[in-house]
Amino acid sequence: MAKLTIPDDELMSPGHMGCLGCGATLAMRYVLKASGRRTILSIPACCWAVMPGVWPNTCLQVPELYTPFETTGASISGIRAALDALGEEDVNVIGFAGDGGTADIGIQALSGTADRGDDVLYIMYDNEAYMNTGIQRSGSTPIGAWTTTTPVGTTGDWEKSMKKDMIAIMAAHRIPYIATAVVGYPEDLIRKVKKALSIKGTKFLQIFSPCPTGWKMDPGLTVAITKEALSCRAFNLLEIENGIYTVNMKPKKTPLKDYLFKQGRFRHMPEELIEELERDLDRYYEELLSHEECSKRKAEGE
Amino acid sequence: MVKELLTGNKATAYGAMYARAQVIAAYPITPQTTIVERIADLISEGRMHAKYVKVESEHSAMAASVAASNTGARAFTATSAHGLALMHEVLMWAAGARTPCVLVNVNRAMGPPWSVWADHQDAMAERDTGVIQFWCENNQEIFDTVIMAYKVAEDHDVMLPAMINQDAFYLSHTSEPVDLPDQEAVDGYLPPLDPMVKLDVEDPKGFGSLIMPPQYMEFRAHMARSMDNAREKIRKADREWEELTGRSYGGMMDMYRCEDAEFVLFGAGTMMSTAKDVVDELRKENRRVGIARLRVFRPFPVDEVRYLADRVHALGVMDRTYTFGRGGPLYNEVNGQLYNHSNRPPTKNYVIGVGGRDVRPKHIRALFDDIERVSKEGYGDEGEIHWWGLLDGTTPEVEK
Amino acid sequence: MPQTVDEIPITPMNTVDSSIVKTGAWRAFRPICDNSRCIKCWTCWKFCPDVSISISEEGPVFDYDHCKGCGICAEVCPVKCIEMVPESK
Repeated sequence: MAKLTIPDDELMSPGHMGCLGCGATLAMRYVLKASGRRTILSIPACCWAVMPGVWPNTCLQVPELYTPFETTGASISGIRAALDALGEEDVNVIGFAGDGGTADIGIQALSGTADRGDDVLYIMYDNEAYMNTGIQRSGSTPIGAWTTTTPVGTTGDWEKSMKKDMIAIMAAHRIPYIATAVVGYPEDLIRKVKKALSIKGTKFLQIFSPCPTGWKMDPGLTVAITKEALSCRAFNLLEIENGIYTVNMKPKKTPLKDYLFKQGRFRHMPEELIEELERDLDRYYEELLSHEECSKRKAEGE
Repeated sequence: MVKELLTGNKATAYGAMYARAQVIAAYPITPQTTIVERIADLISEGRMHAKYVKVESEHSAMAASVAASNTGARAFTATSAHGLALMHEVLMWAAGARTPCVLVNVNRAMGPPWSVWADHQDAMAERDTGVIQFWCENNQEIFDTVIMAYKVAEDHDVMLPAMINQDAFYLSHTSEPVDLPDQEAVDGYLPPLDPMVKLDVEDPKGFGSLIMPPQYMEFRAHMARSMDNAREKIRKADREWEELTGRSYGGMMDMYRCEDAEFVLFGAGTMMSTAKDVVDELRKENRRVGIARLRVFRPFPVDEVRYLADRVHALGVMDRTYTFGRGGPLYNEVNGQLYNHSNRPPTKNYVIGVGGRDVRPKHIRALFDDIERVSKEGYGDEGEIHWWGLLDGTTPEVEK
Repeated sequence: MPQTVDEIPITPMNTVDSSIVKTGAWRAFRPICDNSRCIKCWTCWKFCPDVSISISEEGPVFDYDHCKGCGICAEVCPVKCIEMVPESK
């Protein structure tokens, strides 16, 4: 019998409304294993607002507050202020919002929270579009993707804006801990959630959560595709702790098109665009590596 | 007990302190800003023990209040005009989530054109949110009402958010003497918040999830019922406050010399204060006139309005804003509640004081003259709605 | 389910565990494990988004009341001992 590499306590029940192979449900399952029962979740409008089911059902075994779409940052600040006012300690306050609710409509409130440095963990589960409303592009949708608002058509109308760099945005706020994770590496994800919760201040975690429905992908590939995303640099695993960058994984590079063509949302991508994108992603990865080197030198110099 | 000279905004801050608000969500907007500044001072001086969340917008201010209230803390915020409008979504959420948050709104005009002066459009536009609305005419009332609002909102038969309105600059920035009772007396009147449900790691529950059509309507009917319950709770809270301090605001409606009045002017805010002085003058001239000042807009004082309709020859309704449908909001509500009532005296709408235009004693006197004329001669060419005080010559008593 | 305004709680609270919802009905393919080849690594358990795999000495136990048949378990299995079999069979 193999030893389990992640905690076996389940704080999420089956019977939820997640699509087959939903990456976001894996993300929540792992987050709860890391944070335990003394956790209050704040969830805005997003897939996770409907995932637990209709009233009176829930798949979550911790208290959760559903809130208006753009308010996750303000909500978690309010919860923490109330807990402090009431003298209640040792409670994890976690905001769990989608990419739309974080990078777009929720960015103001998130910025406010980070600016105040409230003691909360903000988790953005990133499925790269507004999935709950039926696959519309968000600020986090990568270049080239088909969505219902970038439907390609006959005029090449795919997503043209680069994926918003939430990590850089949060790094600019100088909060004590920022990290990315993927559902394909739950041990790493859990380690990061635990580390975040041990730090006082505002923490931000972006979890790459594939959506087979929106990415037009075989649902069985959810886990595998996250590993491939890392190896072709479509996503990167990193931590920034007090300004010190660590690139957690430096996998052997695989071709971007192998990643793209497993997903129907990219099947129209012309060769030149793929090449351009691949160059940009490689360049970004190199930047991360130089951030890592630079911040390590700075740390050693101190 | 201590007597201090306080502006409406400072009285508000003291009200929040005496009410032992635990979480303050603070964002500036003219003319409310000195509320959150004074609260910051009170906390920095160690006189008030609350968590002060310096939010980045009014929408977040209300969201933080709702979340704090859902966690079991007494939440407070303040805003005005555009800030209130920005909060609109979350006001509805606060009411549907049954969180007894209190907010103070300094009534200010909506732009464009930009204006910071007294106008009632902001609060009237939040009529349908499910938030209880109190209206004040002086700074003592503001202080008293912050405490009373929590008592009413937190009652288990109510459990709805409450908003307290005060006119921009006339109250917010004008000093008046305010009696501050002893803290123990206030604590006896207003015990700590006892939430019916809350976020609790020992007893995990979810709040605010998706509901299907077969269940949603019952939750809204429950809110309507609770809003109706609020009338008696407001009257009771007023009576108990009178026992404690000697001050009463008339329950749902502040009726001044209405018992034997033939003509009454009905409206909200500081212009009714001015109107009370005019009533005293006219009474000396043996004119049987009175003022009905709106104390609570939501729930609507239907019983009190019908009481007036049973007695007066005519009722003038003053609105410091307009619905841009037909008539001002109070005019429409009064007429609506009298439609099925046995006594329906003539009513006329005076849209007056919009955007902070001064409402002076001679204007009130002219309104009484006008409503008396209407009861004797009918509406005439002017009709039922008069934008009173426009500078185009349609209001002879007004100088350009 | 409460029917009248008197019966409903002050605010809708989610207190009933979702496991009463049998999402197994969504399934088009079901996972079947060849226990004889299973190496008991529990990778399948680790990656199930529907918390529908539990651990036993013989091999993975699939909760067919809830398993949606996404196929992740079959894909991640290092020895490929899980097969996705059509429900119609």
